Amino acid sequence: MDTQTSRADVMERLTQSGQHGVLRFLTCGSVDDGKSTLIGRLLYDSKLLFEDQINVLERDSRKHGTAGDEIDFALLLDGLEAEREQGITIDVAYRFFATEKRKFVVADTPGHEQYTRNMATGASTADAAVMMIDARKGVLVQTLRHTYIARMMGIRHIVLAVNKMDLVEHGRTRFHEIVAEYMKNAEELGFETITPIPMSARYGDNVTRHSESMSWYKGPTLLEHLEELDITTDIESEPFRMPVQWVNRPNLNFRGYSGTVVSGKVKPGDAIVVSQSGLAANVERIVTADGDLEIAQAGDAVTLVLNHEIDISRGDVLAAAEERPEVSDQFAAELLWMAEDDLLPGRSYLLKIGTATTPATISALKHKVDINTYEKKPSRKLEMNGIGMCNVSTARPIAFDPYHTIRDMGAFILIDRFTNQTVGAGMISFGLRRASNIHHHAMDVTKADRAQLKAQKPAILWFTGLSGAGKSTVANIVERKLASAGHHTYSLDGDNVRHGLNRDLGFTDEDRVENIRRIGEVGKLFVDAGLLVTCSFISPFRSERRMVRELVDEGEFIEVFVDTPLEVCMERDPKGLYKKAQAGEIKNFTGFDSPYEAPESPEIRVDTTSISAEEAADQVIAKLRELGRLG
Amino acid sequence: MADIQESVRNYAERFKSAKLRERPLSAHLKALEAESIHIMREVAAEFANPVMLYSIGKDSAVMLHLALKAFYPSRPPFPLQHVDTTFKFRDMITYRDALAEALGLEMRVEINQEAVDRGVNPWDSGSQLHTQLLKTEALRAAMNRHGYDAAFGGARRDEEKSRAKERIFSFRDTNHGWDPKNQRPELWRNYNTKIRKGESIRVFPLSNWTELDIWQYILEDDIPIVPLYYAAHRPVVERDGQVIMVDDERLPLQDGEKPDLRMVRFRTLGCYPLTGAVESSAQTLEEIVLEMLTARTSERSGRLIDHDEAGSMEKKKREGYF
Ligand SMILES: Nc1nc2c(ncn2[C@@H]2O[C@H](COP(=O)(O)OP(=O)(O)OP(=O)(O)O)[C@@H](O)[C@H]2O)c(=O)[nH]1
Ligand SMILES: [Mg+2]
Repeated sequence: MDTQTSRADVMERLTQSGQHGVLRFLTCGSVDDGKSTLIGRLLYDSKLLFEDQINVLERDSRKHGTAGDEIDFALLLDGLEAEREQGITIDVAYRFFATEKRKFVVADTPGHEQYTRNMATGASTADAAVMMIDARKGVLVQTLRHTYIARMMGIRHIVLAVNKMDLVEHGRTRFHEIVAEYMKNAEELGFETITPIPMSARYGDNVTRHSESMSWYKGPTLLEHLEELDITTDIESEPFRMPVQWVNRPNLNFRGYSGTVVSGKVKPGDAIVVSQSGLAANVERIVTADGDLEIAQAGDAVTLVLNHEIDISRGDVLAAAEERPEVSDQFAAELLWMAEDDLLPGRSYLLKIGTATTPATISALKHKVDINTYEKKPSRKLEMNGIGMCNVSTARPIAFDPYHTIRDMGAFILIDRFTNQTVGAGMISFGLRRASNIHHHAMDVTKADRAQLKAQKPAILWFTGLSGAGKSTVANIVERKLASAGHHTYSLDGDNVRHGLNRDLGFTDEDRVENIRRIGEVGKLFVDAGLLVTCSFISPFRSERRMVRELVDEGEFIEVFVDTPLEVCMERDPKGLYKKAQAGEIKNFTGFDSPYEAPESPEIRVDTTSISAEEAADQVIAKLRELGRLG
Repeated sequence: MADIQESVRNYAERFKSAKLRERPLSAHLKALEAESIHIMREVAAEFANPVMLYSIGKDSAVMLHLALKAFYPSRPPFPLQHVDTTFKFRDMITYRDALAEALGLEMRVEINQEAVDRGVNPWDSGSQLHTQLLKTEALRAAMNRHGYDAAFGGARRDEEKSRAKERIFSFRDTNHGWDPKNQRPELWRNYNTKIRKGESIRVFPLSNWTELDIWQYILEDDIPIVPLYYAAHRPVVERDGQVIMVDDERLPLQDGEKPDLRMVRFRTLGCYPLTGAVESSAQTLEEIVLEMLTARTSERSGRLIDHDEAGSMEKKKREGYF
């Protein structure tokens, strides 16, 4: 090359594209409406594909195509083997393209109801949604579900892409009919813009070029519209928030707090507080590898150094001192449930918000949204893909703002504690009570005082096992022996709980969870009173037993697994219940048509097939002594 | 090779005391950079034994650069792991060792010595078996040997169709396999990092970068890269439409085949017998970027291993490939 290419020239070429910044959008709607085809078409028509990619596309179209002899543009997106075989989208694909005006990140999401979680994944980071409708089919349940999710996730702009117009003779009336029907539902959700465009994704009509067959349509093409869409937000004028990700300590002379500013701005000198503790300090430096900054704002990944040392760790939120987030362990949130197992109020999950993770339970499901009508209906559980409003209670107070004010401060996920799957996506609406109000009234007589008087360390002895395993029998002997040795005890079992405290509960999964939760709370009070409490409950679910374990202090929960095989229990059948279950007279019978999840690491396991109940009780007491609970 | 050593030493100086940039980074690169840094910090904070899978190419150069920034003034709190097939370009190894030394980073190298001793190579064993044994197996061995619970990889979603489907935090079972049909939902920038013993997460901090972004960033942030990316006269032979560099005497020449000196460069770097060069005169970063802006083929067209069968990348990933 004779003339050296100058950096200035190159930079100019590079900055030509994307003057309007980056727009993130997703395509969504019902199955087969043409979402993937549309994105494929968009990439193809904007000359954004490389030659080798086009060759592969042509070859794949012949092999897997669903568009006859023509190019099947969806194959550009449906990159998984299973997707190509079934001709549907299963998971979200992210693609990138740019025009002179803008850079785009597009998430092509699946229409299939089964994969709603993947649509939500794509929606969570999008500024706009292209809602596809097959002109022949009109508005479907999935159209409404995706529209609701888009709104719930905070998407402000909808493009209503009425697709496959070629199959309805490019008819104007049909287009308006569909638009009217959609508006009827979507209007109440309060989107900022809803822009209907008649389209034929397969042939490219009104995608990047105006359609001759639909000359009656005078509006912009999809691409023109997306290039101009105004998506500026005022996240920088919200108060400063930065969840601390990592404490930066290279040596004794430096202590910084690394994180991403999620709202507002921060400058050296600014007064900040640690939201959870209320401890205050001033910002001294904003450190980056590109030098100290004068100012950092929403979106910047920085390290803050403060003017004096205060206690800060991962999970804390640094916030503007004069405008603090709420801090509470109870809040109301909208929830999308994404797991095959139903959401059960009372069960313990892990909740991750920002950089904080804490155990949490759904304390109440206030209503469920009927996706056909957007009506709120009472419900006791949420099934997969269900949306509801619920109260959440966390083990520790968390700092948050409403999701619709500061997205990162109100967005959380729920993680199943056994499968580690992400099972729920939540958006906080408002706090239910301030943490400061729930600070427990300090009592003069403490648990330790009460325990000392009784010369023992209080504990819950939790007997779990199948019906007829011998839980109550062993627990009864244990209590008798403890009492005769001068210990202070109490026992909880089905008989004294089901008839009173839990009279209103049945045997569905949700009721079983609530049953155990209440027993756990009562057990905790008795522990607080200084007692050794035996609890005998089938308690089939690991997560509920774990929930009780977490209610009390370390070492206070002692799980006794009365490990009697189902066959033996059925043979014993002391209350004749297995016979009834076999005859179909009892539903949801544990071990039978309802699962029993055996403990993975109980403190004590007793085998009642090889030793007597008396010997089993001795084993339990020996273990109690070993654990130092008997004084 | 003096210039590799020198550029790498100058580079290391930058991270000893930060200086203000002369030109601000382009807005979209700044956003991408911040996203990647956020991801890396999440991993450092939540995993017990993370590692960076470092493959010496331009994406790894950018990924490492981002790690140096993410934890500044601390060093990245994890080692680097290179899986060496022993068929990498020689310049790559020189660069790797110089860089690790200048930056004072721990570079772990894994070689499937048994396969090397058995004489596995791309031309006799075929590219599939070669990759399976020297790359995938070696990677799994490294993962198991060191018990990593999280591993950064430099893959980008714009590289390939199945990559476009992968999460930023991508779950791997105890056999390091990927289950594309059952990925965890990944909302906002709220990443689920929970795993059981023996399972792991591959983390892709460059997921949302394009090839052009990578080059533009290397240009704007002055990141040293292996010289093979720049055009130079190199000895090459042409095979099956690909231009292959004769990087050492191991490459068997076919009858009548004679290496030609041609002006070429590489868009992607891997095992030299499996990586096609492109004819080019781009000798500066500026020229490379210009070339990128007018490229008509994808970077993967120069990688022989991706042509073996349709969906080959997905298949390899399910078996534990990067
Ligand atoms: N006639 C006609 N067919 C179309 C049009 N757009 C898409 N199709 C066809 O509709 C079928 C489904 O298209 P896809 O793009 O796979 O649909 P999708 O919405 O991505 O489907 P999922 O992702 O599985 O929900 C394919 O056979 C397309 O070729 C159009 O404008 N006109
Ligand atoms: Mg699709």
